[in-house]
Amino acid sequence: MEFNISPLGDHGAIIDLGKTIDEESHERVKQVTAFLNDKPFDWLIEYIPAFTTVAVFYDPVKVMDQKDKPSALPYEIVRATIKKELPKLGVGEKRQGRVVEIPVCYGGDLGPDLTQVANHNDLTEEEVIELHTAGNYLVYMIGFAPGFPYIGGMKEEIATPRKEEPRLSIPAGSVGIAGSQTGVYPIETPGGWQLIGQTPVRLFKPDQEPPSLLHAGDKVVFKAISRSEFDAYKEEQS
Amino acid sequence: MIKVLKPGLLTSVQDLGRTGYQTYGVIASGVMDPAAHRIANLLVGNREDAATLEITLSGPVLEFQEDALISLCGGDLSASIGDKQVKPWRPVYVKKGSELRFGQAKEGCRVYLAVAGSFNVPEVMESKSTYLRAGLGGFHGRALKEGDELTAQELSEAAAKIKSFLQKQAGGEALVSMDWHVASEFIPVFKEEQPVRVIKGRQYELFKKESQEAFFFEPFQIGSKSDRMGYRLEGPKLQLDKAQEMISEAVAFGTIQVPSNGQPIILLADRQTTGGYPKIGQVASVDIPVVAQLKPGEKARFQEISLEKAQQLYLEREKSIQQLAQGIRLKLKEEVR
Repeated sequence: MEFNISPLGDHGAIIDLGKTIDEESHERVKQVTAFLNDKPFDWLIEYIPAFTTVAVFYDPVKVMDQKDKPSALPYEIVRATIKKELPKLGVGEKRQGRVVEIPVCYGGDLGPDLTQVANHNDLTEEEVIELHTAGNYLVYMIGFAPGFPYIGGMKEEIATPRKEEPRLSIPAGSVGIAGSQTGVYPIETPGGWQLIGQTPVRLFKPDQEPPSLLHAGDKVVFKAISRSEFDAYKEEQS
Repeated sequence: MIKVLKPGLLTSVQDLGRTGYQTYGVIASGVMDPAAHRIANLLVGNREDAATLEITLSGPVLEFQEDALISLCGGDLSASIGDKQVKPWRPVYVKKGSELRFGQAKEGCRVYLAVAGSFNVPEVMESKSTYLRAGLGGFHGRALKEGDELTAQELSEAAAKIKSFLQKQAGGEALVSMDWHVASEFIPVFKEEQPVRVIKGRQYELFKKESQEAFFFEPFQIGSKSDRMGYRLEGPKLQLDKAQEMISEAVAFGTIQVPSNGQPIILLADRQTTGGYPKIGQVASVDIPVVAQLKPGEKARFQEISLEKAQQLYLEREKSIQQLAQGIRLKLKEEVR
């Protein structure tokens, strides 16, 4: 496994595992994340995986507590430890990620920008829905907001630039498009994505462990549902 | 029990943050000024990571419905009870029925109120911090409002002793302060154009030479839209040498990122977990409290510090806080002997 390590302030290090957003970088990120998830080091506070990187946060005091090299500083010890451990991970077998189905009610007041996405791409609204449900989606990372998935694999035919003026408030569950990315807003937040629909499923569940429905590495299938199915689902949840 | 008579601008329950959940996109939250928070807790016999009230600029009016042992650390927001000033950086006994109020923000931006026993709010994802935007943690997931009632948990043995000792001394007075306070090395010094030590960021080298220089030589003003998520700075426009798309990656407490408008943002307690803007710098951990105490309109000047030096200072600071903790424990024991 090829990688670079550089500091992120005096408590963190970023492990670079690739130059472009693709499945190979993603596999490496997943491997490193799986390794860190087993809490291999006392000094590890937490880690944040992204498209091509994994950031590691450490406690400098704990690093120094267990060191046998008194002259080295915490970052150097952390760096040396990671450098020694990562190559042992090998290439390994690709683990099959989970497949998570997300029901979406497209258009209408739940997807106020569906028309705009259709017009922008010279498509009908039905065609946009068909293309959006036909994507081969992979969750690359969770970030921006709790449980917010960065999803790759959307069909280019429905790519649409962000709105010029971001909305001040977007309801939780909104499914949107920004450029050639698609995503779902887990909590109410401001944002500039084109909203094409809404899911009744909760992506962020603070009372559950883990609190995020989706994890990096999951495959996602969007399934079109009717307004009455959406309402029924909502009803069931409350 | 403490009753909120007036909430103030932004008063929320915070601790040292929600660690371990950033991998799910859950922001860390927690106090803006970890040093003041930790010391405030130590002074009343709490664990340093216990929950405190973070009080911002224009403070609340709080009614103590029971006798309490408290401390106030951080900025000077003119705290008083009756016609008496509440002295900061030391244990203070407050009599039942007293009203703690705040006035003008003389120095600094936030002050931490610790109560012996700490605040009795549920843990959400292993933390008592309030995550305002998601409406979770802390006191019902929000800033305090008029009429809220906060309760404290049971006092530590040392705190209970010191409280009854001061209670006797008070002889009916509304408050008694210890006549000692923590050493001045822990108390922030406020300056115009506050120096803030910064480590070069991961993308520092991608900025134009003039921008690299301006970053370390020109002052930056804290913009009015600054909040717990980040301080928006106003100053010379910082530009990349060549425009390029960055791939989103993790950010940290104190990361200074530069969006395309060229005006840097210091990411703070309520920062998002990841960001896609180039990082020009990273505030040294020992200077996070300095940044947290800057008010909108005030200015900061960034001074370069090496990673090695920043880590050395951090280790030294931690050692002296541990010594302070021990010193306070001894002091509290001595007083009641």
